Amino acid sequence: MRIVCPFCGERELGEFTYLGDAKPVRPAAGASEDEVFDYVYLRDNVAGDTSEYWYHGGGCRAWLKVTRNTLTHEISAVEPAAGVGARQAAR
Amino acid sequence: MKYSIFSLARAAFSGHKNWQRTWRDASPKDRYDVVIIGGGGHGLATAWFLASEYGIRNVAVLEKGWIGSGNAGRNTTIIRSNYGLPGNTGFYELSMKLWERMEQDLNYNAMVSQRGVVNLYHSDAQRDAYARRGNTMRINGIDAELLDLAAVRKMMPFLNFDNARFPVQGGLLQRRGGTARHDAVVWGYAHAASALGVDIIQNCEVTGFVRDANGKVTGVETSRGRIGAGKVGMAVAGSSSRVAAMAGLRLPIESHVLQAFVSEAIKPLIPNVMTFGAGHFYVSQSDKGGLVFGGDIDGYNSYAQRGNMPVMEDVCEGGMALMPMIGRVRLLRQWGGIMDMSMDGSPIIDKTPVDGLYLNAGWCYGGFKATPGSGLVFAHLLARDESHAEAARFRLDRFRTGAMIDEKGQGAQPNLH
Repeated sequence: MRIVCPFCGERELGEFTYLGDAKPVRPAAGASEDEVFDYVYLRDNVAGDTSEYWYHGGGCRAWLKVTRNTLTHEISAVEPAAGVGARQAAR
Repeated sequence: MKYSIFSLARAAFSGHKNWQRTWRDASPKDRYDVVIIGGGGHGLATAWFLASEYGIRNVAVLEKGWIGSGNAGRNTTIIRSNYGLPGNTGFYELSMKLWERMEQDLNYNAMVSQRGVVNLYHSDAQRDAYARRGNTMRINGIDAELLDLAAVRKMMPFLNFDNARFPVQGGLLQRRGGTARHDAVVWGYAHAASALGVDIIQNCEVTGFVRDANGKVTGVETSRGRIGAGKVGMAVAGSSSRVAAMAGLRLPIESHVLQAFVSEAIKPLIPNVMTFGAGHFYVSQSDKGGLVFGGDIDGYNSYAQRGNMPVMEDVCEGGMALMPMIGRVRLLRQWGGIMDMSMDGSPIIDKTPVDGLYLNAGWCYGGFKATPGSGLVFAHLLARDESHAEAARFRLDRFRTGAMIDEKGQGAQPNLH
């Protein structure tokens, strides 16, 4: 598996660290216990295309949002994660 | 078919041409009292304990492929009960005791070999942690010995004791731990369960649940037709989320890939099972002579049953740090299996919020050693509708109540357990 970093180009997997599913969004302060429980513990654990966060620690140290198929490991899209990285890329 | 020295002699005289099949390959009936999804070690053990301990013999085990084709055939065959937290300690010892009598119970040679498991330590802090774990084990009636450097040197003189970064200082030994032949465990449970009337149905993929007006599960839809069931038990670790989703459930589980490795066969070298405490590397030697070893999971969600190079390199580096002499040994095979990584690193054996559906999941990469214990406590849950005393903490709602069993203290990050 190789990931094409939008900043550094194609790099080998060992340069990256995995965070996990990009779908869960941290609930607002004051959210119900159910919402927090769902965010922290429950996962869709999709078999197929899924969107997830990777960190390019061995390169540009940007957070990336990668669309990857969990059945084949095929990567169909890599984009900067929301935040500073995305703003940088948009310039 | 009963195996004994006499059956072996009889078969030998006829040139081993008249062995009968050891279990029945059944076709599905319309209805069973209990249907178990998953024909791996845990599912088959559950069926056998239902039939032998709890008197429920109208049982089917449904397997998508062939029995033992999933993680039961992909593990590194280690058995041990050296856990430190309440909930795990007692459960894994229950399982260990069942390993010790399994072959007699099943009338099947599972090649259970209590050759000892040594966890090496490389620092004062790690020694203290292992001493604490050993004490926990001994307080609970489990054997544990803290070895000093001289004792480890005597037992395994070939280790790299002078590694400047991670010098071996000693180890925690459980003599009753060891290995078992994984395929024979599957076949043994199939053999004994089938003899008691359990139907083992292969090439039968569950495609959905049948629910009544109240939402209770009353059967399963399969690739071989609808099968009615009084109760349905899931023992499909690796695919738990996918099967549970058919019943509308989301689980505190992620599927990850774990790789395992076998070297070419060499003469007897490693006398036990040992783990490198400074990295993540564990190794034993099979009876065929291959070094069987593994390390960390790859770390990303996967259902692909294959891993990638960085972890392969990391595992082999761990082996080289521990015993540089294996550098000339060639790698023979490498494969991956899909692990049910739970949010606290411990399993789930419980009822689900769906009436009639029971869950056995979240084994992370420690499911093999749990096979007999998991079968017994899951059978207990299915038969009695209440948790077995040794599985009372493996609740599905512990993530909500906070009663986590987190041996590594990593929190809700499954790829770190």
